[in-house]
Amino acid sequence: MRKIAYAQAALEALQEEFRRDDRIVHMSTDIPIELREEFGEERVRVTPISESVMVGAAIGLAGSGYRAIADIRMATFGFVAMDQMVNQAAKITYMFGGQAKFPILIRMSIGAGMSMAAQHSISPYSMYMNIPGLKIILPATAYDIKGLLKSAIRDNNPVISFEHSTLAPLIGEVPEEEYTVPFGRADIKKEGTDVTVVALSRMVHEALAVAEEVAKQGISVEVIDPRTLVPLDRETIGNSVSKTGRLVVVDEACQTCSAASEIISLIVEDDNIFRRLKAPPKRVCGLDVPIPYSPPMERYVIPSRERISAAVRQVCHS
Amino acid sequence: MAIDNDTLVRLYRTMLTIRRFEQRASKEYKKGSVPGLVHSYIGQEAVAVGVCANLRKDDRIVSNHRGHGHLIAKGADVRRMMAEIYGKKTGYCKGKGGSMHIADFGIGILGANGIVAAGLPIATGAALAAHLEGKNRITVVFFGDGACQEGEFQESLNLASIWKLPIIFACENNMYGVNTAATYAIAGGDIPRRAAAYDMPVKSVDGNDIEAVYETAKEVVTEVRAGKGPYFVEFKTYRWHAHFEADTIPDLRPVEEIEAWKKKCPIVRLEQRLLKAGILTGQGIKKIDTQVMAMIEEAVTYAVESPLPAPEDALADIYSA
Repeated sequence: MRKIAYAQAALEALQEEFRRDDRIVHMSTDIPIELREEFGEERVRVTPISESVMVGAAIGLAGSGYRAIADIRMATFGFVAMDQMVNQAAKITYMFGGQAKFPILIRMSIGAGMSMAAQHSISPYSMYMNIPGLKIILPATAYDIKGLLKSAIRDNNPVISFEHSTLAPLIGEVPEEEYTVPFGRADIKKEGTDVTVVALSRMVHEALAVAEEVAKQGISVEVIDPRTLVPLDRETIGNSVSKTGRLVVVDEACQTCSAASEIISLIVEDDNIFRRLKAPPKRVCGLDVPIPYSPPMERYVIPSRERISAAVRQVCHS
Repeated sequence: MAIDNDTLVRLYRTMLTIRRFEQRASKEYKKGSVPGLVHSYIGQEAVAVGVCANLRKDDRIVSNHRGHGHLIAKGADVRRMMAEIYGKKTGYCKGKGGSMHIADFGIGILGANGIVAAGLPIATGAALAAHLEGKNRITVVFFGDGACQEGEFQESLNLASIWKLPIIFACENNMYGVNTAATYAIAGGDIPRRAAAYDMPVKSVDGNDIEAVYETAKEVVTEVRAGKGPYFVEFKTYRWHAHFEADTIPDLRPVEEIEAWKKKCPIVRLEQRLLKAGILTGQGIKKIDTQVMAMIEEAVTYAVESPLPAPEDALADIYSA
């Protein structure tokens, strides 16, 4: 199969959907050159640095029969548009009694690892999981981002895509043929029998590396990427934990009230799965600090392979 | 050019409908028949009516927390509005939104909004849709003087201007954000001058003079529909009631000021003009009022008799199919 970069796969998703549906409009503060060349200035619009009106305009477009994409670059900039995302986009379908659809895709980059310090590094998806009305996708591979973005654009609801900054150059297999990745279906990235590791975004790749390493010590790890946090595929995760009896969730976001916390709650609240647990589940998360600038500190606060590996070995030996 | 008699009578009837609707909503709120919050539009009727009378059915409006008047003027069904305020299943939003979130997408009402200035970005997007559609539709966004100090006001005016979008920014300057005077809150004190800085034409008009509002809106709508870009209009008006009907926030505005503005009632003003010009007789006025009152009564009956939503209806409509 051909191999392309994560960023290229994302671009292909937009190009294909733009060709398929002429009621898609894209807004961003930077000029997306390829999109603009092919689809023109009317549909591919550059906004001033005004995140609130960009997201608000996406809502107005969507409520008027268009499909809107707002690329606000970093998740930290997204906070400037919180009213439009939280009070407006997430709630208006509901508040208006379901009388209108709001097909909106908001893209934001997340994560640490590039010494960009706290105002350019954050993984805030669990904050948005707490806001009913939004769908949340977390693509970790080139294949997934293309398929998930295509589904997101076709979805009739506000969808936020959180894309890790460091993944853009990552190469992966992407078929030539058209495909979509459905929401709410986790992907078992590697099958295993001793421990389930649910990993989010960039941590999927770290978990896979750890799985390979601990295999040498005879530990068989099953790595699951939920791919979408809302909706969340409880079934696939639950089935895996029922099988292995052990769970580690790896999430780069700060630990408190994290997606990792939510996933573990869902598992331990289930009587049948709880009875099959052989060890207490563990979270491997970012430390509860703003992301620091200097590399040794930054590396220290985000989950490392050593921390993931230690957690895996601990649940297997407890 | 004078406004024809039929139009004047229509404007009168719609203003009176809003007045009677709001008086009844206020009365029912104080009786405890309706929950939540009700922000009364009484005193400002001429703005919504004079502007919306110049709109097509397929033009779009975005309203704010003080929205009942805008919705009625755009053609919303008072029965479904009242039912929504009563929290009933037959309301516009099935009881999920209430007074501050009524919408009717079928007639271009993209929703009232409980967050000050938040409607401006949404309206800007609706205007972008109208621009892309190429059907000469326009968008009007209603907001108060209080919204002009929000960041979303600046972002929206700027974007609408650089993109030359078909949008009218209709600022109802009722002189107060709750109890905070616009004279205090607005640097320089002049809202249109601020809008003009975003390179768009501006007007300021007496919002209690329905004829002035109608004529101004007519001219502005024509310009915007012709694709000349956004327009900003300030309507100077006043709300008779406190910020909302609950007594949790006292009305701190000077009593003399409130009374002076009541003497400038837009409905009485038009009524006197209609009588003086012989367009309507006293009896004709009374007949309209009787019809309007009957319509409001019917709306209340509809609301009262409608079923409440089932508790578990709360779980529907979070997402669209």
